[in-house]
Amino acid sequence: MAPPKVRGSSSNRKAQLSVFTGYLIAAAGAAIGAALLIISLWQPQALAGLRSMATDAAAPVGKAGAGARTGGQSFFEAIAGYYRAGSKNAELEQEVKVARVRLAEAAALKQENARLKAVLALRDAEQKPVALGRLIGSTSSSTRRFAYISVGSADGVAAEMPVVSPMGLVGRVLEAGRDSARVMLLTDSESTIPVRRATDDVVAFAQGQADGTLRLRLINLGLNPLKKGDVFVTSGAGGLFRPDIAVAVVDTITKDGAIARMLSNPAATDFVAVEPVWKPEAVRMLGVQAAPAKDTP
Amino acid sequence: MIEQINPRARRDAFGSKINRDHSPLLAFGLPWVSILLASLTPLLPVIAPAPILPPFAYLLLLAWRLMRPGLLPSWAGLPLGAFDDLYSGQPFGSGILLFSLTMIGLELLDARFPWRSFWQDWLIAIGLVAAYLVLALALSGARPHEDELVALVPQFLLSVLIFPVIARIVALLDRLRLLRIRRLG
Repeated sequence: MAPPKVRGSSSNRKAQLSVFTGYLIAAAGAAIGAALLIISLWQPQALAGLRSMATDAAAPVGKAGAGARTGGQSFFEAIAGYYRAGSKNAELEQEVKVARVRLAEAAALKQENARLKAVLALRDAEQKPVALGRLIGSTSSSTRRFAYISVGSADGVAAEMPVVSPMGLVGRVLEAGRDSARVMLLTDSESTIPVRRATDDVVAFAQGQADGTLRLRLINLGLNPLKKGDVFVTSGAGGLFRPDIAVAVVDTITKDGAIARMLSNPAATDFVAVEPVWKPEAVRMLGVQAAPAKDTP
Repeated sequence: MIEQINPRARRDAFGSKINRDHSPLLAFGLPWVSILLASLTPLLPVIAPAPILPPFAYLLLLAWRLMRPGLLPSWAGLPLGAFDDLYSGQPFGSGILLFSLTMIGLELLDARFPWRSFWQDWLIAIGLVAAYLVLALALSGARPHEDELVALVPQFLLSVLIFPVIARIVALLDRLRLLRIRRLG
């Protein structure tokens, strides 16, 4: 459709003025936007309260959707289950046999571990989750990777707390509203997590990439010891995340590390647990709250 | 003898012409409401590990603005962008800036090319969405990385392909918008 005709008029002074005012207000809007943008890039937490309030207001919608998502997933999984059921069954039986043996081995190891710890008089600080919630949404069209969870400061959630799923680390809380919180996912490009290889002590930083993978950068450069399929867990450095939460599995090897896939794919995650900060004293001592995320080279 | 009048003579696509009129609330509010609702897509139960979904609020704004120039005032980018920023994950202000710049740009474009077909509108939308995605990446506050540009490509293609669908939805809403539902007298 053609634009309204009045704007082209050269004799109508009022119409001209209104066109001019329109431009002026629009330009003022853009200027306000630029100013707010500079403020929020400078001080990312400056407008956090406003955002949390907005998320709190819309959270019930997200919660309803999250339930539907889980339902939908299991529906499709049920259908997929019929496909090649026979061969899958055989495979699974084989796997269960192997897993039983492994389980027995693990139980033995656990027992030995407990015995050795008792000898050393170490006490296992049991980490109780602060709150259990659902993932209710994520910023699926922005380059930044944030998710929203259905628990907030009313449940004891505070900024910087790790968010884990049964499959592994999901991210950490960035802003907590009353009934909802915003979580920075591992794959956000500002997220950097200290990790180590599960089998030995090869340490690295896992940095998020926009395409949903993690870039593992080894701290000790030299011969790259990584292999495809290596599993990385949190190392506990920085004091934010407790050690030994599963993070990622290596997919392709690069010059200075590897590209890894997140183990707890947030798309397949339903319930998540918010855990307390592992060593609050250490985090405080390191000064900046976002220490492990920001101070990497 | 009086001919029986056609029962549809006093009706049109928007309802009865007797005793009914357009509702200003519906006629002017529907574009706003639809764009605001599209801003809530981050709360949809889609947890994406990478940016995949097109920026629905921006596409709806484009579709409304291209189809009905003058319906949304030129300052509409300020409130709509602010609301989008609350949920999109971008730093607050990036939506306001980009939405406002889009409104100004389209205003200038209307002055230069007043008559366009849908194909030209689509082309304009493609160009604007590409600029929007790249600028949104630049303003996202993340460290710039060349991989991120590659990660934008699927999102961009999806936005391009979904624009005609969104334009159809806007056309549907436009017909809904002009329904005569206000009772006179």
